[in-house]
Amino acid sequence: MPLSSSEAPSRRLAECTEYTLHPHSDASLKKETPMGFTDSFFARKFGITEHDLQNYISEALSSGGDYADLYFEYVSTTSISIDESIVKSAMQGVTMGVGVRVISGERTGYAYSDDLAPEKIKKAARVAAYIAKGPSSVEKTGLDEVNKRNLYPVLVAPTETSLSERVALVKRADKAARDADSRVIQVQAGYADNLRHVMVATSDGSFSFDRQPLARMGVGVLVREGNGSPQRGSSGGGGRVALDFFLNEKTPEYFAAEAVRQALIQLKAVPAPAGEMQVVLGPGWPGILLHEAVGHGLEADFNRKGVSAFSGRIGQQVASPLCTVIDDGTIQSRRGSLNVDDEGQPTQQNVLIENGILRGYLKDKLSSRILRTQSTGSGRRESYQHIPMPRMTNTFMLAGESDPQDIIRSVSKGLYCVNFGGGQVDITSGNFVFSASESYLIEDGRVTRPVRGATLIGNGPESLKYVSMVGNDLKLDEGIGVCGKEGQSVPVGVGIPTIKLDRITVGGTS
Amino acid sequence: LTPTEYHDLANRIIRNARDRGADAVECSISEGSQFTVNVRMGEIESLTEAGSRGAGVRILVGKRAGSAYTSDLTESGLDQMVGSALAVAAITTDDPYAGLPEVSELGQVEAAAEGLYSPSLESMDASAKIEIAKATEAAALSFDPRISNSEGSTFETHLGTTVFANSLGFTGSYRTSSCSLSVAPVAKQGDSMERDFWYSIARDRDKLEKPEDVGRRAAERAIRRLGARKVATQKVPVVFEPRAARSLLDNICDAISGDSIYRKESFLTGKLGEKIASESVTIVDDATLPGLFGTTPFDDEGVPSQRTLIVEKGVLRNYLLNTYTARKLGMKTTGSASRGLTGNAGVGHGNFYLENGSTPVADIIKSVRTGFYVTELIGFGVNIVTGDYSRGAAGIWIENGELAFPVAEVTIASTLQQMLSGIESVGSDLEFRGSIASPTLLIREMTVSGQ
Repeated sequence: MPLSSSEAPSRRLAECTEYTLHPHSDASLKKETPMGFTDSFFARKFGITEHDLQNYISEALSSGGDYADLYFEYVSTTSISIDESIVKSAMQGVTMGVGVRVISGERTGYAYSDDLAPEKIKKAARVAAYIAKGPSSVEKTGLDEVNKRNLYPVLVAPTETSLSERVALVKRADKAARDADSRVIQVQAGYADNLRHVMVATSDGSFSFDRQPLARMGVGVLVREGNGSPQRGSSGGGGRVALDFFLNEKTPEYFAAEAVRQALIQLKAVPAPAGEMQVVLGPGWPGILLHEAVGHGLEADFNRKGVSAFSGRIGQQVASPLCTVIDDGTIQSRRGSLNVDDEGQPTQQNVLIENGILRGYLKDKLSSRILRTQSTGSGRRESYQHIPMPRMTNTFMLAGESDPQDIIRSVSKGLYCVNFGGGQVDITSGNFVFSASESYLIEDGRVTRPVRGATLIGNGPESLKYVSMVGNDLKLDEGIGVCGKEGQSVPVGVGIPTIKLDRITVGGTS
Repeated sequence: LTPTEYHDLANRIIRNARDRGADAVECSISEGSQFTVNVRMGEIESLTEAGSRGAGVRILVGKRAGSAYTSDLTESGLDQMVGSALAVAAITTDDPYAGLPEVSELGQVEAAAEGLYSPSLESMDASAKIEIAKATEAAALSFDPRISNSEGSTFETHLGTTVFANSLGFTGSYRTSSCSLSVAPVAKQGDSMERDFWYSIARDRDKLEKPEDVGRRAAERAIRRLGARKVATQKVPVVFEPRAARSLLDNICDAISGDSIYRKESFLTGKLGEKIASESVTIVDDATLPGLFGTTPFDDEGVPSQRTLIVEKGVLRNYLLNTYTARKLGMKTTGSASRGLTGNAGVGHGNFYLENGSTPVADIIKSVRTGFYVTELIGFGVNIVTGDYSRGAAGIWIENGELAFPVAEVTIASTLQQMLSGIESVGSDLEFRGSIASPTLLIREMTVSGQ
């Protein structure tokens, strides 16, 4: 999970603030009228009929089983990168396929095909059926379309725009970064988008379509002063947006300036401190804390198996009463948002921790069947080649009441971390890390010198108990997060207001 | 398709691109089939079986590059792929260093293709695979009453074919097979719950470690973490067990990659011929060692695999290079081109390892008065531009030359420069478990940050 966030105020900030005031409002989100099967992408492009889907599901349940589903996916991708002011690379690609899943008790059978010919899909269905034995418990039904909102009303996806418009973005970023400061010695900028069409049909009798645009750009720079060591800075962002986002909201120049700013700060950095201390996290991407400290540990697969440090702790105090943590897949245009998850369930807002009390887990269909509750719309997968599992979408902490300046003023000796690289967690012990890439010493209530990169380490169910102040400045990240779990990568978002941790271990050298 | 049919297909794609205006073309096709079974608490949890294929093409029009890939291997799908590559080449910029290898540099090490594929895996039936996974988990669960839960065990096989051809007349392909076995038991005692894992991976079923051994080692690893605690912040010698040392080799591999060097984004830029590590350190990259996971007959540009000395007795001797980075640096490719189905080649590695030392691991531990034996590293806190190193760690504290108690929730920090020069002993326990390998290493001093 590389790259970073930025603390510059923006329209998104306003959106988030409003969001915290009305956490249950989705008034701005439009309902999409069902399109009907025959107008759907897969019906038009591959001639797949509703009858075909029912046949494939029957085939999948031919050896028995409690549930079966089909996941069709067609993804077109473009990526462009510039290095040394030369557009060295541009690539386009298409991948498509179908995954067939059969669930029998707690067992899952899975097979996939990159060929959408009927005999290939039926073969995959028969292979997936291997794990089931005996008669199927599923009654045959027709298929009804799942109602959903359109959280990304993008008429023309970035992938559908001209290549020349998109290559201009990386050229602008390159120029802006080089013009920003004479100490800039290297600039790399990349732009990537994809457009993912999915269709999910289930033996529950539901089907859903979605068209998911996603775009992201990133800028990385190296700066050097005299004969000193070069220093790196990077920035990026995006979301489920139209290309306009990069022309009007977050421009290549914005990301370039941010990357250069971060790198220049590192030129003056002193070694990071070591040991337990007070740490203030800035707003936005530092929300990676929540993703690692609590998010993964609350995924239902780990909890139903009893292998998470949070297993069996629902209703218990796992954070200070100042903390309310939410996973919300329904925020318009966000990188982690989805109209429907990868099992065809509408996404929703899930309260994970409310005023410090653990409230719920993130569930996919399998775990909700086993736990005898409802899916929370958290079933996600990297592609048709992968079995879905419970995952996060956009994970953040609601704003508190403290003025961020007061939070810093309250610390006599500590660290202020505003940007991070990646993080990782050991679900079972609950120990997690996240690596600060831009931080400063706090001395006598004032932010003083920048320090070099250092990893912070804590324990999930314990760390958030030390949150003693929560700022009024919730901000979501810029839209660059990639979350990896069991070899599957999915786009996610994080967010947090400025917070103070009274105690966490900082892994510096001094 | 047969190998010959894949060769023909690749060359048809190349002709298609040439006919439509490409001056130079590289084409890759890959095909593979996968079988995975997960077993948990004695029951099958999931079973996946499938095959997939993909093709990629990279073209040059003059000195402009364009790439495309597809999983649609129909005539129209492939035609569209070539069209995409031509379309994107129109928006790239002339790059004077872009190009294919010289004709004289192309070729393959036939012997390196041997031992990469074991037909015995083709005929292995599903029930045998399920049984192996069950036996592995059972061995872990029965090892100790404190192992009462598990994240499960996995047995996986993969069979694949890699095809590469270019417009200079190179066409090559090789088949690979692999099977792997892993298990992640959970140990519990009082409030302490810890998980660890162990695994075995091989080209051939017969070379896989026994399920009982994999299960037992995983269980031992989980048990020895129980009751782990933080230690006080201090500077001490640190011993990296091979699994942890391998991740250090991974960092070094990034730092000597031609891409990092020509962009000056590695702390090892410009250090050829200089002493960068202690004398006990020799690092080699060898993609020709028979049957290993970093072995291939040719790289992803059609250049024969080779052995490259990276660090000799502490002195940096070579970088790993593909054609592009070699040209940028005025050097020769080391046959280290690496890419997915398409795109400009990056730099990869073959079997990248630190040469075996002569000190038994027990002697290394005995030599440490107070120190930290690291068995697991987490997180990403390594900066190869500056060499700054700070990662989460877990392991066992060493007191008076003996493993004393488990430690967790600490970080270890230093710089890669100081760590390399501070390697005081190299263990005699090198083994290849994947394409990067290292024996146990003792590093003179690092900051352990805890309380």
